[in-house]
Order: sequence, then structure tokens, then C-alpha cells
Amino acid sequence: MTFRARHLLGIEPLAPQEITSVLDLADRYVDLNRRTVKSSDALAGMTQINMFFENSTRTQASFELAGKRLGADVMNMSVAQSSVKKGETLIDTALTLNAMHPDLLVVRHPSSGAVNLLASKVNCAVLNAGDGRHEHPTQALLDALTIRRAKGRIQRLTVAICGDIAHSRVARSNLILLGKMENRIRLIAPPTLMPAGVGEFGCELYDDMREGLKGADVVMMLRLQKERMDGGFIPSEREYYHRFGLDAEKLSHAKPDAIVMHPGPMNRGVEIDGEIADDINRSVIQEQVEMGVAVRMACMDLLARNLRAERGRRAVESYV
Amino acid sequence: MTIHFHNARLICPETGTDAPGSLTVDAGSILARDADAPEGATVIDCNGACLAPGIVDWGVKIGEPGERHKESFRSAGLAAAAGGVTTIIARPDTAPAIDTPETLEFVTRRAAESVVRIRHMAALTKSRAGREMTEIGFLLDAGAIAFSDVFHVATDTKALGRALTYARSLGALVVGHPQEPGLSAGAATTSGKFASLRGLPGVSPIAERMGLERDLALVEMTGVTWHADQITTARSLPALARAKADGLDVTAGISIHHLTLNEFDVGDYRTFFKLTPPLRSEEDRLAMVQAVAEGVIDVIGSFHTPADEESKRLPFEEAASGAVGLQTLLPAALRLYHADAIDLPVLWRALSLNPARRLGLLQGRLTPGAPADLVLFDPDAPFVLDRFALRSKSKNTPFDGARMEGKVLATWVAGTRVFAAE
Repeated sequence: MTFRARHLLGIEPLAPQEITSVLDLADRYVDLNRRTVKSSDALAGMTQINMFFENSTRTQASFELAGKRLGADVMNMSVAQSSVKKGETLIDTALTLNAMHPDLLVVRHPSSGAVNLLASKVNCAVLNAGDGRHEHPTQALLDALTIRRAKGRIQRLTVAICGDIAHSRVARSNLILLGKMENRIRLIAPPTLMPAGVGEFGCELYDDMREGLKGADVVMMLRLQKERMDGGFIPSEREYYHRFGLDAEKLSHAKPDAIVMHPGPMNRGVEIDGEIADDINRSVIQEQVEMGVAVRMACMDLLARNLRAERGRRAVESYV
Repeated sequence: MTIHFHNARLICPETGTDAPGSLTVDAGSILARDADAPEGATVIDCNGACLAPGIVDWGVKIGEPGERHKESFRSAGLAAAAGGVTTIIARPDTAPAIDTPETLEFVTRRAAESVVRIRHMAALTKSRAGREMTEIGFLLDAGAIAFSDVFHVATDTKALGRALTYARSLGALVVGHPQEPGLSAGAATTSGKFASLRGLPGVSPIAERMGLERDLALVEMTGVTWHADQITTARSLPALARAKADGLDVTAGISIHHLTLNEFDVGDYRTFFKLTPPLRSEEDRLAMVQAVAEGVIDVIGSFHTPADEESKRLPFEEAASGAVGLQTLLPAALRLYHADAIDLPVLWRALSLNPARRLGLLQGRLTPGAPADLVLFDPDAPFVLDRFALRSKSKNTPFDGARMEGKVLATWVAGTRVFAAE
């Protein structure tokens, strides 16, 4: 098993073998999670703090469940409505928490790079649960696991990512991961939602969805934020659905066995047709949620092993 | 007191020469070049080190009034002297802004604590808000050397046009910040591959050209004498060159950071590299170096902007913008010399002679009668920069830990030594 990282701040610093290690271990946790007795002692005695500077129900619940199944003591801090409002800086919040000796810190923050900053100030393992428009590594890993289980591999696939790519950390982490694993990536979006300079990342860019979906093995839809819908980035919800919403007709341009993914929460009738989302032969959206817990368990398990090893080394050094 | 600098490598931006020689200084002015040492003169053997006019650094932020914990006139003066800067042209973006003769008199009085010369720019509009013009006449009488709203770009073009017309009638020099504020609002980087990779909001480099085109049209309309504080993108250069060719009274500057660093230096969200305007692509950087060498860009400055640790130790988007530069301007500029991009006389034209000329100062020359503001430096001495060794109160330099070449050995202002290396 190869996994050397001290923190999980993004997909960018990971080597392909490290990604494979996470997915392999996550596969084992999927089996555990399907049993009646789901507990493990991988994190027994350890403390996990979930610190969400941005509201989230799904991701926070997934991390909480993952920690609890591994036997950690899990604490949730909804920082969105606490001390930060009183003017405390991110660093002070981090130092305060650090003094409580947590072992794993799960952080979501609205500013890109905020989790990197925080990680440099604490001496526990930090997991990025989404920072601004930067990265959301566990989402990309759970997507990769879902694809690998559905397609039998995570190489040499044609993956279409469609929607609000400019504002999406999920898209960013996914295109880095899929690129590292040598897949063909297509980005489909109206030009106003396509980030600048993304052509240099080695992706193919499309603003015609039918063209972009041609021959795709995987169709990854992204959520369109409500505040971007009226006139600012796209003319209207209905025009967006007409041109970029995934329906049966557009999906027919992809491979007949193409799978449909969405990180949730979905806007039915905006970016995806309800029937496609519920089609058990095409949609793997529910599997994604299931894989989420397993992948987060795997990530925390691997980080905890590295943390223990590091502390062990330090103890030996101080003894010698 | 008479000083005779012997065995020096004289860098003269006016004649464009870089040659061995000697310089004699008396009563605060340059007395003679390549003459024998007068009797009773203090003879300084320069050992072949470079002797050049002191740097005139145009666009320095000093925290008085309002933010003295970031930088005082005293600390700025010490940093400048250690960096070979002998004249500071201070910015009016203080708290409150320098927009009345009274605040200008206050800072002029306070500036006496500095060991180097300090001249002040005043705000062009009240509170730098871009709506009502300041008392340009009174401010000129009180010693304002130029007028600028610094990084605030006026959106009320009619009000700005009136302020420029009024400034022209008094012969005042106006400094603009070319930028289209509608495009740059909220941006922390230049848009492109790097901004997308890091998920940071970016501004298109074209926003600078849009702002420049508008400002140049206003200069044409009003006839004002105008200087662009920083031109940092290749796409702005044709507009600037055209305006100069058309005979508009226009000059432009750039910060040393935009000549020596690019957007990728931000790396892992390092906030000491967050600047206004943001760092640009490597293509832009190279084009700007060439523009300085060709004289399309006239002035290089540090745009010294002190920021405390608290305002920089934040997520990149929220962190303060700007870097200190008084003490690192010279060694950073020498990177261009060591890269064989710009020779020393041309470099000193941009660092010293051109800003002095544009501001109506006598500095920047080695000719008899010019002020004896001098810097003696070894252009090849290597060192690793330690930000805590800087004399500024604020330590926010992007060059922390950088390998640099070029050490200031001593600095003189009006013939008085204000700095000597240990």
C-alpha cells in the first residue's frame, strides 16, 4: 500500500499509486459498510473534528459517519455561525482547535487555499472537504471508485464533465484525478462557465453538448448554483436546460452503456432530467453517496496510519 | 565637507556610460567628475564598486498618518538608505488620505524624521473617492509633487475629466492607475491557467488596456500631464507607444516585482506575492523587460506597500495586497542586469533619472551641480535575503529566502552618508 501524504489537501499532490491505494482500501470498506455490524477500530481512541465554514449537510454527514464507523470520537463544529462571525481569524480558530489535540481535522472553507493555510499551522492530519473553487479531493476519489466499480477500470475512459466548471471544485479535482489516471476528458459548458486557460490542462472543450457526449463512457453532471442562473452567466434556467440539461435524447449520443453521475444535490429539470437521474440502468448517483462514506473511511484510515508512524518515529528519536 | 570618490565604476544614466572614474562632491552637490582630489578632501577608495545616482522611488506607501505600526517615516527612511534609495515619492493612500493642505503639512513635518529625502503626492479627489477634486492649487503651494488617487479608479468620467482639466491649468502632474474596475472587482490573480488551477478569481489582463485607453483619451481631451503608475501587460504597450508618438505628455512606470516575478510564483497561495495589479504571465514579464530596455516604460519603482503579518496570514482572496520593496529594489533590479536584459546606465535611467526628470527634480545625474545623492554598490555580491533583516517595520517581501546579487555598500544624501554596510 502506497500512501505517503500527511494531509489530504487536494488531488494535485497525489501520485497515481496513492490514488489506487485509496480506492483499493475503500473497496474493502464498501464490504464492511454493507454488513450489519459496521464498526472497525482503525481510528479507536482518535479524535476527529469536522470544521465546516460553509454549510453542508451531505458531506458533513458522510465524514461524521465515516469517522464513527472507524471508532473515532467525532465532533462537529459549525463554524459558519460562531466565533468567525466575532472576528476571529482562521489561524486563531486553527490554533484553538490544535490545542485540543485532535488527530484528524476535516475542513470546508469558502476561500480557495484556506485549508492549505490551516494545515500549515496544526500538527494533525487535515482533510480538505472543499475549499472555495479549488479542490474537493474526497469527491473526486469517490467518483473514481464509483467509475472503477461500474466500468471495471479507471484508465482509458472518455469522461465528459458538464455544467458550471468555472465555479466547481468538484470539476477541478476530477479533471486532475482523471488526467493523472490517463483518461480522455471533455469539458462541456457555455463559455461563460468555462474557466480561463483550461485548454492548457489537456482537456477537450465543447459548448455543444451532443458533440461533447459522443462516445463518452461516463457523463458527469455538475450542479448549477441558483445565484448564477438569472442573466449573469446564462440567460435563463429554461435556456440552460434546453442546451445543457441532460435528457434521454442528449444522453443517446454517449455510449449505450455510459453511466450518469452527479455530486448532488441535484436540480432536477435544470441540469438533469428527473427520469435520467432515477434510471437504475444509467444513473450511479446513489452509489456515489455510498462510495463517499467508504472513500472517506479509507482516506482517514491511511492518514491515521501515517500520523501514527510519524509520532512513533518522533518518540523513538526522542528516546535515542 | 568635500569628498573625493576614487577608483569608482561610475554609472551615469544621463550620458549612458558605465566606466571607471572619480567623483568629487562638495557642499551637498557634485563638484567635478574625473578631477584630482582637492586639498583637504576626504578620499574614499571605492575599490572598483559601482557609484550611481541614488534611486528615486516613485510610489512608496508610508503608514503615516493612520498605520504607523506598519511603517513610519523613520523606518521607511532607514530601509530606503539601506537600499540605495535617496528620494522617496510617497503615496497619499494613507488613513485619512492626504487630500488637504493641512494633512500635507502634517506629513511634511513628520517626514523630517527620515534620513533620505521625501516628497509627497496628494490625492487628486477628496478621500480618493473620484468624485470631488481636492484643492489642487493649495496643495501645490504646500509642496505636493504630483496628484494621484493611487489604486482607486474613478468611474465618474465627467468628474475625473474636470479634475484633470483643472490640474492642467495649474501645470500639475497627475498619476493614474490604468484599470477597468468593473472587470478587476474581486480579482486576486490574473485570469488564466494558474488562476483556474488554484481556483482563484482572476482579472483578464485586458482590463489594464481598457483602463489605459480611457485614461489616454481623457489626457487627449484635457491636455493634462499624465503618468501611468504601472503598466504590466504586453497588450497595453501599443496604446502607450501610440500616445507617446502622438505627442501626448505621457509617461509610464512599472513595479520591480512585475519585472522579476510571474503569476506562478504565487505557488501554494503565498500571500506575500499578492500584489496590485496581480502578477502576470511570463510572456508579459518578458515583454515588460523589453519595454523598459526600449524606453517605452520610463520608470521602475518598488511600490513599497507595508502590510502587517495579520493582514497577510489569511486565505489568499482575503489577504492584503502589496509588498515592501525599498530595500530590495536595487538587488532585484540587478537581476535584469545579471540576466543581460538591461545594462546599468539604462537601468538607472528608469530607477533614478527618468522619475527625477518627470517630477522636476535635479536628482539622477552625476553632472556638476547635481545633488550629491549617491549609492555605492557591489553589483556581484551574492546573499540570501532574510526578511527579518529588513529595516522596514513590515516584512512582507516576496524575496524572503531568495538568492540575490548586489549589495549596497553605502548611501549618501546631499553629501552626507546615511548608510554604510557593516
